[in-house]
Amino acid sequence: MLKHNLWFAGKSFLRMILLLIAVSIATFALVSVSPIDPLQANVGQAALGSMSEEQKEKLRSYWGVDTPPAERYINWAKDAARGDMGTSLLYRQPVMDVIKVKLANSLFLLALAWLISGALGFALGVLAGIFRGSPADKAIKGYCLVIASTPAFWLALLLLIVFGVWLKVLPIGLSVPIGMEAQDVTFLDRARHAVLPAVTLSITGVSNIALHTREKMIDIMESDYVLFARARGESLRDIVRGHALRNVLLPAMTLQFASISEIIGGSVLVEQVFSYPGLGQAAVTAGTGSDVPLLMGITLITAAIVFLGNFIANLLYGVVDPRIRRGGREG
Amino acid sequence: MSCTNKRHILEIDELSVSFLQYENSRSSRQIELPVISKLSVSVHEGEIVAVVGSSGSGKSLLAHAILGMLPYNARTGGKIYFNGELLTPEKIREYRGGRIAFVPQSTTYLDPLMKVGEQVRGGRNSSGGKDSGRGGRPSGGRRNDPERRKKQRALFARYGLSEETDAKYPFECSGGMTRRVLLTSALMGNPELIIADEPTPGMDLALAKKSMEDFRAFADEGKGVLLITHDIELALEVADRIAVFYAGTTIEEAPVSDFASEQLLRHPYTRALWRAMPQNGFQPLPGTQPYVKDMPAGCPFGPRCENYSRECAGEIPMQRVGCGTVRCVKYHGEPLAVHEHHA
Ligand SMILES: Nc1ncnc2c1ncn2[C@@H]1O[C@H](COP(=O)(O)OP(=O)(O)OP(=O)(O)O)[C@@H](O)[C@H]1O
Ligand code: SF4
Ligand SMILES: [Mg+2]
Repeated sequence: MLKHNLWFAGKSFLRMILLLIAVSIATFALVSVSPIDPLQANVGQAALGSMSEEQKEKLRSYWGVDTPPAERYINWAKDAARGDMGTSLLYRQPVMDVIKVKLANSLFLLALAWLISGALGFALGVLAGIFRGSPADKAIKGYCLVIASTPAFWLALLLLIVFGVWLKVLPIGLSVPIGMEAQDVTFLDRARHAVLPAVTLSITGVSNIALHTREKMIDIMESDYVLFARARGESLRDIVRGHALRNVLLPAMTLQFASISEIIGGSVLVEQVFSYPGLGQAAVTAGTGSDVPLLMGITLITAAIVFLGNFIANLLYGVVDPRIRRGGREG
Repeated sequence: MSCTNKRHILEIDELSVSFLQYENSRSSRQIELPVISKLSVSVHEGEIVAVVGSSGSGKSLLAHAILGMLPYNARTGGKIYFNGELLTPEKIREYRGGRIAFVPQSTTYLDPLMKVGEQVRGGRNSSGGKDSGRGGRPSGGRRNDPERRKKQRALFARYGLSEETDAKYPFECSGGMTRRVLLTSALMGNPELIIADEPTPGMDLALAKKSMEDFRAFADEGKGVLLITHDIELALEVADRIAVFYAGTTIEEAPVSDFASEQLLRHPYTRALWRAMPQNGFQPLPGTQPYVKDMPAGCPFGPRCENYSRECAGEIPMQRVGCGTVRCVKYHGEPLAVHEHHA
């Protein structure tokens, strides 16, 4: 069993490394076809001003258009492999430090949105699936379809206008009150600032999870084993508690962990609208400002997070699904 | 034979089942696909009635219709009586798992994520008699009830399922084991009618025999068994009467004794089945049963029948003959009055 798990973990780790290499090459290739020379761009210039000649030389050999892209990538990759992700041109700090701060800001928001959309989406999907065709099902399905076709940033603006501008119950942006010293910021302050972006992300995230959970639930409620449970006289409550929830849990878990990438993707736009200084906003800034080292760092971190999510889902599968838990060793 | 003065446990009167389907993948218009029409069959007290018929003739659908297990898009017509009482959807929900037990056909009828022992214990507890649905204890509690545990263990032991089997998941059971699990789940309660859909394939001969003996003993207590099978020989061995299905309808119901010779059988299809049996010459009937979409007018057996004539293209009424029925224009019995036993 232990050996099996170690083997699984080792294989996953190897896959992650390969994935990160692929992602970094793809990002790099995209950036290198961009016509802007990072060092010539405004931001790049400003950053260069405060650097020593030696640093500039290193940067030039790294990112300058004179160096062939393949060589630039190898330069970057050599350092990255040693854990040095380089220096952000915009923030003038090591990329890792910038990412740490931004990620800390985003993590709260992302986790909140992930949990809310997961729990709510699951509950609504299960409900709609059990009572397929009922008014509740129609309402849930209608809601999900409307939300699925609503752009996240538009929803963000709407919420911002309603709660931030008209009702003035929630702050319109940033992650902490303006001008407050860092040590005075309470958890409540942070939570208040995260509410609107988290709600926006949750509302959009719910629809996907709910629709997929509903489909699974309908399949289960029509499955042979639920039919047979009915034929044995089990009540709807028994069937839902004893069979349906058990069986929908596995696909729901996969959905939930797969939704991490969607939440992160959504956060890029939503953080922009709410000026929330998180990873998503940093990604936009890095992209528009040609801060290649930062952009590379952010892509790699998010890819790793998404991968980790899938890895955890697979581990949980092994714990929850008896066919893997018990069958894995025999078959 | 004095079958007419025996009480009916189950009586099915001109059952029809159809499925609503979209005409094709692009169309939004729904068409009704009739798969069972004018199907009549009955089970008296103390009787095992075998339903035989080739694949796709509607045997499983009949069982599902009785138990209210048809899918979302199914529509039904006709009447089903249980102990003389009309089985409405509410009554079905009240009786299934209690007074009416079911053995499903395929091993996919077990929840893949629940241990088999637990699943068998989870049904309705009918021994008290008044545990009817909503008021009953949740099955979570019943699954751990010591009484039910004892009964389940005894039944498993009776069918050679060891104590470890209780805690196995369906994927850990062989086909034969799963069959036995499905069978025991029907015997957990205290039913008056068992509907068993192909219960024996995959079981070894001794166990198949034992399950048939159990059905016999069960029926001899004045109860009823509807045994669905495609195995005529098995049916002839254990059943009292045979109902022959063809393309979604009953074409003949006859006591087992009528199968002693071809001359005693009435319907050309039943005779063809008889001739196809190994001991009677093994002559297969050419052709296949028509698919619902190209069902002929009049007698469904028409295209394969050597006695076909013009009158076979019209309505073919069901006729009573002694203890059985037949649906063929060439046979002249008494007209059938289905409700005579209820009056
Ligand atoms: N959900 C459905 N929608 C449409 N047609 C269906 C559906 N379920 C069954 N049928 C059709 O109904 C007919 C009867 O099916 P049924 O399962 O009752 O056959 P059967 O006699 O039990 O066959 P077998 O011996 O293979 O078990 C078949 O032609 C089948 O294609
Ligand atoms: S009704 Fe006609 S076609 Fe049908 S079985 Fe009888 S003789 Fe044959
Ligand atoms: Mg069948």
